[in-house]
Amino acid sequence: MNRFAPSPGANAAGLRRDDSVERLALFALSAPALLLVLVTMIAPVAWLFGLSFLDDAGSVSLEHYRRMIDQPSYGRTFLVTFQVSLLTTAICIAAGYPLAYAVSQMPTRAANLCLILVLLPFWTSLLVRTYAWLVLLQRKGLINEWGIRLGWWDEPLALVHNMTGTLIGMVHIMLPFLVLPLLGAMRAIDADYQKAAASLGASPMRAFWSVFFPLSMPGLLAGTLIVFILCLGFYVTPAVLGGGKVIMVSNHIANDIELFFNWGAASALGVVLLVLTLAFLFVAVRLLRLDKVLGGVHG
Amino acid sequence: MTRRAAVPIAVRALCKTYGKVLALNDVELDVRGGEFLTLLGPSGSGKTTLLMVLAGFIRPDQGSLKFGDDEVIRLAPHKRDIGMVFQNYALFPHMDVATNVAFPLKLRGVKGADQQRRVEVALQTVQLEGYGARRIDELSGGQRQRVALARAIVFEPRIVLMDEPLSALDKQLRERMQIELRQLHEKLGTTTIYVTHDQREALTMSDRIAVISGGRIMQLDTPQVIYEQPKNRFVAEFIGESTFLKAELDGAELCRCAGQVLRLGRAASARGPGVVMLRPERLRILQGEAGGTENMLTARVVNTIYQGDSFLLQAQLADGTALSARGMAGQGSLASLPGVGAQVRLSFSVADTVWLADAAA
Repeated sequence: MNRFAPSPGANAAGLRRDDSVERLALFALSAPALLLVLVTMIAPVAWLFGLSFLDDAGSVSLEHYRRMIDQPSYGRTFLVTFQVSLLTTAICIAAGYPLAYAVSQMPTRAANLCLILVLLPFWTSLLVRTYAWLVLLQRKGLINEWGIRLGWWDEPLALVHNMTGTLIGMVHIMLPFLVLPLLGAMRAIDADYQKAAASLGASPMRAFWSVFFPLSMPGLLAGTLIVFILCLGFYVTPAVLGGGKVIMVSNHIANDIELFFNWGAASALGVVLLVLTLAFLFVAVRLLRLDKVLGGVHG
Repeated sequence: MTRRAAVPIAVRALCKTYGKVLALNDVELDVRGGEFLTLLGPSGSGKTTLLMVLAGFIRPDQGSLKFGDDEVIRLAPHKRDIGMVFQNYALFPHMDVATNVAFPLKLRGVKGADQQRRVEVALQTVQLEGYGARRIDELSGGQRQRVALARAIVFEPRIVLMDEPLSALDKQLRERMQIELRQLHEKLGTTTIYVTHDQREALTMSDRIAVISGGRIMQLDTPQVIYEQPKNRFVAEFIGESTFLKAELDGAELCRCAGQVLRLGRAASARGPGVVMLRPERLRILQGEAGGTENMLTARVVNTIYQGDSFLLQAQLADGTALSARGMAGQGSLASLPGVGAQVRLSFSVADTVWLADAAA
């Protein structure tokens, strides 16, 4: 009955075209990044994947994968990799959660200062930091010298060239990756929640465990996942601070290439690590409903 | 919900400074048991600070706070037995409605069927029966508000505190909730302190209103007294529309205003300069003869504004002082409004003529 209603379909074709032009423009903008990923990530991985199925003579075989099952050293490598990653992640959580909590409760100025201190190592080369730990931790290093001088222990402690040194170095490097997402989640928690809990009769401890901690979980899980996955592929720190005693998958890959020039074996290791990491991620996402966490969906 | 003996609150010599700012300046306040008392003031007046001190979230510099006979000024918030409703509701997003409401019961060791029953009763009280399994983010603003209320009253606290609980709701819902909150209070009879900056909300809901400004209580009285007999210019200005006319006292019960004599509703207690306060809706346009018992001012019409339910007539006295009158907008009354520039006689009762000495401002 409306006399002013437009004739059906007026401008419809034109408006649809505007829509598709907009979508195309959006795609064009992301094209360079997509191309880069394709060239630097997808292509090499595909190439390595192919290499891992070729034997020394260049014919297709499962030789490299069979060797991984036959030789116990490979199994040990994977075991060590997961062991180091799990321990590093656990220590990061134990040290990082209280740190993030403290920073989240500070006044803005102090919190920003602390955040800079947490981030400072980020801006220094990983290699430099790792060698710095070597200087600190070795038999005649700063820590052992002072420990003995102050009479805390008599013999130099074996702090480096072993698991201990590897863990110290890796925790130091990984801590910001845990603290940053965690702090983000904690800062998003309204201070009124804890006040509400208190007014309803919850002691500070109770309010923390029943309100603050559950609400910080998304950040904690995100940080944990990032740290654990980064740990799985770590190379420099175990190589320098592990002193050849802590062989993780990356170190094994490097050995295969540098010592044995065996690209096929190295590729196979890479493929297995990639598959295991993806499998772990898949299970974690499914079990912990991390799709929600990583998607940032909050209540 | 059962009625419990209502607890009075006594605040004495309460002070709180932030740097050089006095947020609470020697506050004295007595809240009767079972009373619905509103702290009304502009933002930054200290009303929320006072509420937070009562709740225990802000530690004052000095003073005393008693719930009944118990001194609680140093008591931790979770031991004060207060039900609090926050401005943003502060419902726990990781718990459903029933778990939120059961939270204070769980902390008090109320378990199983008893807990369930009390949660149901509380949800019923706020008209949300059957919403127990809903997630918080599935609720509308009004429903969240009700859940927050249910959570604050389910454990039958001694005192209920509300911090602008309706400010996030739209106007219609807010007005409905005002009535509901008031009815709920009458049913429960819990001592309730309510913070708002909305004067109409305060007038609608309260037994008494404490008007706060600059960390001090400017006036504490029933809504009617606050509105009809404000003690000072701040209260008169903050609540309702008001017109202030410069005037000189002529004896205790007369004053002179732009050459016209007005009788005062209450005798001025002190001499000296002051103003006469008039409420625009108490002024009438006089058509016939002036009644002998009324005050009257002659003014020139500057503007008439149509505002739907009412009209506003802006006028000037001979000396240029502006004043306004508000009338109900009926079809007839609008047609008979005087035109711009016309002389009108505005009459108002002596009781509505309020003298405010400048010193009290």
